[in-house]
Amino acid sequence: MTTPQDDDENQGNPWDGRRSPHDFQELMSQGRAQFGRMLPGGGSGIFLGGVLIALGMGAWSSVYTVASDSVAVVQRFGQFLKEVPPGLHLKLPFGIDKATKVPVKRQLKQEFGFATLGATDPSQSPRGSERDTRLETEMVTGDLNAALVEWVLQYRISDPVKYLFEVRDPGLTLRYVSESVMREVVGDRTVDEVITIGRQEIEMDALTKMQTLSTKYAMGISIDQVQLKNINPPRPVQESFNEVNQAQQEKEKLINQARRDYNKVIPLARGEKDQRIREADGYRLKRINEAEGDVARFNSLLAEYAKAPQVTRRRIYIETLQDVMPDIQSKLIIDGQVQNILPLLNIDSLQGAK
Amino acid sequence: MRTVHVGLLVISIIGSYLISSSIYTVSEVEQVIVTQFGKPVGDPVTTAGLKIKMPFIQEINPIDRRVLEWDGSPSDMPTKDKLYISVDLFARWRITDPLQYFLRLRDERSAQSRLDDILGSETRNAVAKHELIEIIRTTKDRVPLRDALLTKVESDIGALVPIQKGRVRVEQEIFASASEKVKVFGIELLDIRFKRINYNESVRPKIYDRMISERRQIAERFLSEGNGEAARIRGNRVRELNRIQSEAYREVEEIRGLADARAADIYAQAYNQGPESVEFYEFTRTMQSYKSMISTNTTLVLSTESDVFKFLKGMAPSVAKISAEGSDNSP
Repeated sequence: MTTPQDDDENQGNPWDGRRSPHDFQELMSQGRAQFGRMLPGGGSGIFLGGVLIALGMGAWSSVYTVASDSVAVVQRFGQFLKEVPPGLHLKLPFGIDKATKVPVKRQLKQEFGFATLGATDPSQSPRGSERDTRLETEMVTGDLNAALVEWVLQYRISDPVKYLFEVRDPGLTLRYVSESVMREVVGDRTVDEVITIGRQEIEMDALTKMQTLSTKYAMGISIDQVQLKNINPPRPVQESFNEVNQAQQEKEKLINQARRDYNKVIPLARGEKDQRIREADGYRLKRINEAEGDVARFNSLLAEYAKAPQVTRRRIYIETLQDVMPDIQSKLIIDGQVQNILPLLNIDSLQGAK
Repeated sequence: MRTVHVGLLVISIIGSYLISSSIYTVSEVEQVIVTQFGKPVGDPVTTAGLKIKMPFIQEINPIDRRVLEWDGSPSDMPTKDKLYISVDLFARWRITDPLQYFLRLRDERSAQSRLDDILGSETRNAVAKHELIEIIRTTKDRVPLRDALLTKVESDIGALVPIQKGRVRVEQEIFASASEKVKVFGIELLDIRFKRINYNESVRPKIYDRMISERRQIAERFLSEGNGEAARIRGNRVRELNRIQSEAYREVEEIRGLADARAADIYAQAYNQGPESVEFYEFTRTMQSYKSMISTNTTLVLSTESDVFKFLKGMAPSVAKISAEGSDNSP
């Protein structure tokens, strides 16, 4: 018995088509000779036909190719025989040898919580309905909150023999392991870590744990990468997570506004301070210069005064009075001998007369 | 001739049928129990390859030798803290005693259903004995990363709920009690793990409400932090403003004071050179002050005795004055 897969392989093979008839001719001539001895009649058309068909099927099922990204595991009568590298190979027909191809070099992946369309590997996408896909993402965090986590697992088949013979459905088991580990890791973290700050740590932690488990389970799988995709809070809660973001923005805005007010006033005040200090400095210069000027003038005068004190003194006195007197409207000059003039002086009338 | 021919054909067909029913293959992934009229005969065949049996009367019963998976269907159960959760487990098992397995269970379907029963009830027991957090968390001492912006102080938000045992220990408890019970079926349980643990639909709204209130709390804190910080900045602004202005005042006064002092010093030094300069200063300064002290509406009463007008009464200066002038400089 041949597997359908083997038949497929042989059909498109031109080499096979040329070679086989040659073999058949030899076999048939031998066969005919033998049968001729056994069956003197010669009317053995049906029998020969049966043999011919059987041989044709045998030839069909004895050639197979292994793609360059795969190896084939060959079993003879069910027992493991050998691993076969990529290329064209022969095996014993009629189900005696069975070759199973395993894509060892291909990077395989599994998606959790979402599905890329057109996947051929059944274990790549979540099984079941949309509800199952959603359930796959729902997790409880270590602070008893809920989060929706989507992730991708990249893996390769490292040991095809183990992959085929140790575990019944390695792909499915890997999915279980991945889900379980991801929940274990998320369960040890707060919702904030899961959603924002701890993503990388989760990826690393999950990868290590999944690698440990897949080694322990001897599935012949090596896990290369765990990548977190969308992580969201549950839908009814998302709004409030946005509120936090908005509040964060609002906080920045409030602070910036206050800073703006600060900056509007303080540098100006500093400038004004400098202005006042400079003005004071100007006052200082003015005072000192004026004082020095006054003093210089005084000193010069003093020098002159020292030469002729009486005359200078008199001159200054008279000059000053001459300067002052003309502006005064009411002047009373009284004889020095007259006593008691004050009682007669009508100050009011003097005021009125001016 | 013809009968011989047909006879040969019949014999060869019967022969090949005999051969085909007396040989069989055992794959790497299976082991075989040979039964004779339904009763197991001999030891189970555990090596792969081509095998021989008695034709017709013996039948082969292949039994999987690989590690098999058991995936429990999610079931709702209460935890110790009376939270309804939906728990989904998976286990790995293998058939270690095929004969026992064959006798007790016959096929995998019944094995899976036994596992359903046993693991299901053990899970219920274990979950009911523990609080939810014990089957959620694993590492007892883990300190969570905290977003410095998000959670600063004292609040419970951003903290992990403390645990006593943790998920792995609970799994081990379930495993320990279940693996004893499945042994009688010739099955070895390799391990069990929680696949999914979720809040039951009925609990979810409450959980979501709590999450929402937590987030609101954080949002409110952000707002008040913003307002607080803004107030602090405004306070700083007033303080800075007062500081700058008062510093300016102080410096201005200091400078002016120093300037006045310096000026006074300069004046004093000049005027204080000797009695003559003191006297002269007094005189000139008084003269100067007249100019500003006396204005147009001042009434001035002067005597002819005064120095300015003494000549109004006669040319000769008074004797007293002259004699005084001769001896003294004072006016």
